[in-house]
Amino acid sequence: MDATGAVICADGLTRRFGPVLAVDRATLSVPRAAIYGLLGPNGSGKSTLIRMLCGVLRPSGGAAAVVGIDVRRDPEAIKRRIGYMSQRFSLYGDLTVMENLRFYGRIYGLSAARQRDREEAVLHLTGVGAYAERFAGQLSGGWKQRLALACALIHEPEVIFLDEPTAGIDPVARRDLWDLLFELSHRGVTMLVTTHYMDEAERCTHVGYIHTGRLLVSGEPGALKARSDVTPAGTRRFEVTAPRAADALARARALPGLRDATLFGTALHVLMDAGWTAEALASAVSPEGGASARPIEPSLEDVFVWMSRSLEEQRG
Amino acid sequence: MNGFWAILLKEFSHLRRERMTIFFALVVPSMQLIIFGYAIRVKIEHIPTVLLDLDGRQESRRLVEAMEATRTFTVRARVHDAEAFRRALTSGRAKVGVLIPADYSDRLLRREQADVQVLVDGSDSQVATTAQNVMSLLALNLSMQRGRSVGESLQVAVARDARGRPAIPIDARTRLLFNPALESAHFFVPGLVAIILQLVLLFLTSFSIVRERESGTLEQLFVTPVGRLGLMLGKLIPYTLLALAELLLVLVLMVGLFDVPIRGDVGLLIGLSGLFIVTVLGLGLFISTVAATQLQAVQMSYLVMLPSVLLSGFMFPRSEMPLPIYWLSWAIPVTYYVEILRGVILRGADLRDLMPFVGGLAACSVVILSLSVARFRKQID
Repeated sequence: MDATGAVICADGLTRRFGPVLAVDRATLSVPRAAIYGLLGPNGSGKSTLIRMLCGVLRPSGGAAAVVGIDVRRDPEAIKRRIGYMSQRFSLYGDLTVMENLRFYGRIYGLSAARQRDREEAVLHLTGVGAYAERFAGQLSGGWKQRLALACALIHEPEVIFLDEPTAGIDPVARRDLWDLLFELSHRGVTMLVTTHYMDEAERCTHVGYIHTGRLLVSGEPGALKARSDVTPAGTRRFEVTAPRAADALARARALPGLRDATLFGTALHVLMDAGWTAEALASAVSPEGGASARPIEPSLEDVFVWMSRSLEEQRG
Repeated sequence: MNGFWAILLKEFSHLRRERMTIFFALVVPSMQLIIFGYAIRVKIEHIPTVLLDLDGRQESRRLVEAMEATRTFTVRARVHDAEAFRRALTSGRAKVGVLIPADYSDRLLRREQADVQVLVDGSDSQVATTAQNVMSLLALNLSMQRGRSVGESLQVAVARDARGRPAIPIDARTRLLFNPALESAHFFVPGLVAIILQLVLLFLTSFSIVRERESGTLEQLFVTPVGRLGLMLGKLIPYTLLALAELLLVLVLMVGLFDVPIRGDVGLLIGLSGLFIVTVLGLGLFISTVAATQLQAVQMSYLVMLPSVLLSGFMFPRSEMPLPIYWLSWAIPVTYYVEILRGVILRGADLRDLMPFVGGLAACSVVILSLSVARFRKQID
């Protein structure tokens, strides 16, 4: 643990693959028991960042420490104290649930007594005990992910890295898995989760957004939404609902005092000069009527969209 | 060595579950040995022959009888015109065509040289070579008989044997060592042991690692404190044990079924086989570091198997190969192992006899193992 009490911290962490900068000077800090959501498009560097933090991939530059251990100096010591769960089902399908758990217990060198205790604990927590003698390959997607989590927890790690744990599982299983993550957080386990789902990001205690290798923002969701570069002084953000959203978007883009307009499903998020009111905006985008507008706080998605755009503008 | 036992026990669980692996490792080799051992017969007999006898008298009949008596040729058809003769050869019904000219007997009686035309289908070189050799030898024998009877009537002889009878001047007395009955099984089956052992081991080891890469479990293992050595040995030792069981089974079949006795030291044979097994495990490991999918692993294994079968001396004698290929054959581990197997099993060779081959195999082993271990370690980093 460093002075600020962060369980995971990175400072200017960089990784090159030949000429490609996969991760460019990432700086982040995750306190104990936090759920840090890492978002970003495919290929943006999420997995590379996680692999460096897990001690699997050597950084090209910068520094990082997990549970107070430097990832360059002693990656093996980190591996003993973290758990990892990947987006793909990566257990042995031809072994039973119990055999998978025992295998990982042996890998971490647990004593027989401790193995029994931990098996009981993770089975109780994840509920996979009901399928103890079932082959892992025969479980449904959600139960496979629970088993993967159980295996990642067998050695009682302080930190767990989850790489898209909910990709491809049904909504109910997704919610159940998140309930499990909150339960772990209550017990003091720190988690770093990558995801594509905005609703999952909104549930995290901390979020980061990575785009083409750059960690654009990192912090608590409230603090990110309140950033002055997301809603500059003298501007207001509105949500506009109109019968034909695409037409409304085209009209909004022609309005004087418009800073930004983005379509979110059937609604429009627009950033306007502070002089605009909701009523004036509604009638401006839809002269024939039927549109409504209301002032809103930026969502995390607004934050990420705004930050990606300004990065692209900077780069030209 | 971290995690060695965990991986080892897990591999045995896989083996227990995947009956196909056991089947592949033990039943398939036995079947291969039986099929190959019986199917590969190098002695060539009963070559289908077409005869166009334009003479048809006693001398020509004697020639045909002598041909059939060798058992190398079987006259399938006696034709009476050149067209039918040609057709028999082009259609493939006959591999050899014998044309006896109309004046064959007359010329012999006049003590002139008589020509017999022998056409041989060269498509299958082994059959063709045999036909050529047997036919020349036959003509030579018949000629000598005539020469002897002429000599007797003139009371002269080029040479006489111990009892004063006319004989050929130079008599080469060959004695066949090690395999007096010229059983082809003696030659093939020991080599087959090498081929089968490599085939099964190469597939099993490369598969067991590539499968983990494909399913993502290898990536998962890298995030655990499992050590490289523990991972590698834990994966390879179960297959080494399986390979030893397979070796014993195949040797028992060889002795029991094909009556190929092991003349040399069985302990030496097993020990040197161990060296070969380690080398092949290294090859399997190497393939697993190159192949991304199981399909690629299969393709690469075939790439290794093909020269092992064709160039190792298992099928074709290496001394007959063009020089660059001959040099290449020294880079194939099976080459050394085939020599070792034949040496120990057929000739009763000891370690001293086999030193060059043992040295060569050991060198292959060191090169392959260090290459594959280096690649394997690099991948984990």
